[in-house]
Amino acid sequence: MAEPTSKTEINCTVNGEAVRLNAHPMARLLDVLREELRLTGTKEGCGEGECGACSVLIDGVLVNSCLVPVLQAEGTEIKTIEGVASGEQLHAVQEAFIACGGAQCGICTPGMVIAAVNLLERTPEPTEADIRNGLAGNLCRCTGYMKIFEAVVRACQNQGNDNFKSEI
Amino acid sequence: MRAYLPDYELKSPGSLAEALSLLSDEPGVWRPFAGGTDLMVLFEAGRLAHKKFINIWNLPELRGVEVTPEHVTLGALTTYTEVQASEVLRKEFPMLCRAASETGGLAIQNRGTLGGNIANASPAGDSPPALLVYDAELELVSTEGARWLPYEGFHTGYKQMLMRPDELIKSIRLPRPAGPWRHYYRKVGTRKAQAISKICFAGVAQLEGERIADVRIALGSVAPVVVRCARTEDVLKGREIDEETVGAARAELAREISPIDDIRSTANYRLQVALNVLEDFLTNAEYGLKAER
Repeated sequence: MAEPTSKTEINCTVNGEAVRLNAHPMARLLDVLREELRLTGTKEGCGEGECGACSVLIDGVLVNSCLVPVLQAEGTEIKTIEGVASGEQLHAVQEAFIACGGAQCGICTPGMVIAAVNLLERTPEPTEADIRNGLAGNLCRCTGYMKIFEAVVRACQNQGNDNFKSEI
Repeated sequence: MRAYLPDYELKSPGSLAEALSLLSDEPGVWRPFAGGTDLMVLFEAGRLAHKKFINIWNLPELRGVEVTPEHVTLGALTTYTEVQASEVLRKEFPMLCRAASETGGLAIQNRGTLGGNIANASPAGDSPPALLVYDAELELVSTEGARWLPYEGFHTGYKQMLMRPDELIKSIRLPRPAGPWRHYYRKVGTRKAQAISKICFAGVAQLEGERIADVRIALGSVAPVVVRCARTEDVLKGREIDEETVGAARAELAREISPIDDIRSTANYRLQVALNVLEDFLTNAEYGLKAER
């Protein structure tokens, strides 16, 4: 049996706060967020990059945190679902998910919200196709997707996007 | 069973030179680790047999898209998202962008890399058929220097390739097309997003009037490696596209590929669909070779 390898120090920023971690370099970012930092909003679904439940942003880029070894988070800025609202003030996407019934069991919701927030950051005025593409990596087994889709459209409308005036 | 974390090592070298020294000091002990979209899946499933990895994700020497009059050269760490964002690729190598857009969802496209897809050597990769028909070349580097290899023939068998343990893929070079090529790409999977291919087809052709002046065809998931179908190409070259040509090409392709039964599909289905997609490439009036220019 090989010698056990040791932990290493990793510095990054999580939801705006500088964090110093001591972790195995191959530890999944997902597990470090949940177990070391107690940020349990990020969920594990499939554990193989298919479902998007573990979505977080690294330097503004959408990733599956189950596929990122924590060593690759060194020096980066990470945003999780816990960093989406500003204090008690929910993000427009979160408000819209509530208004439209975009969540049922809730496992996919943090990943869906992160992906939608990222979509609106990259594409402030998305088309229908942009929304479907932006969320294609996030699976939901409850809602049938329509309410989630409507929630993102609602968030766009609330932000003054006119693409969807007559559609919903 | 899940992997036992302390069995694994992952190191971040400060430069490409340092990474190459590690690879050459202990050949075969260390392996490159890029975006992790394949390796982490195996790791979590307890099926990642190799234990020591070098994190190359942060090496700037392996990034970027460079355009010269003759070539477009992509750093091995070019992600699928970067492929789709590149204007020159969208214009001159559209099938590569199409392949990138059909590989996983956005989060996978943000981390998955072209070099990783090649080194992972899956016969079901989505970008290799496009790279094959675009006559891609690979730059392999080690402490001994660099060498260029044609991508065609690089994969010698299932998960086997012409790369030494002390080498890594630095870049991928595509010769820029001289004339107007027609491009056709088709991935057939269980569903549109995320699914791994049952078969994947890439074809380009140059037409002179109704005649096929030149044609290149490659297929994924129909053999132990992604294959360029030279014999089918030879059948097509110089001919007009009519029923007889289509029949001859279908017959030749059926002899040229050797699909198998596996978890994603059956040999029979793959053969039928490959032949139908070939016919679609030749005859489709909307996006195949019969389309109006």
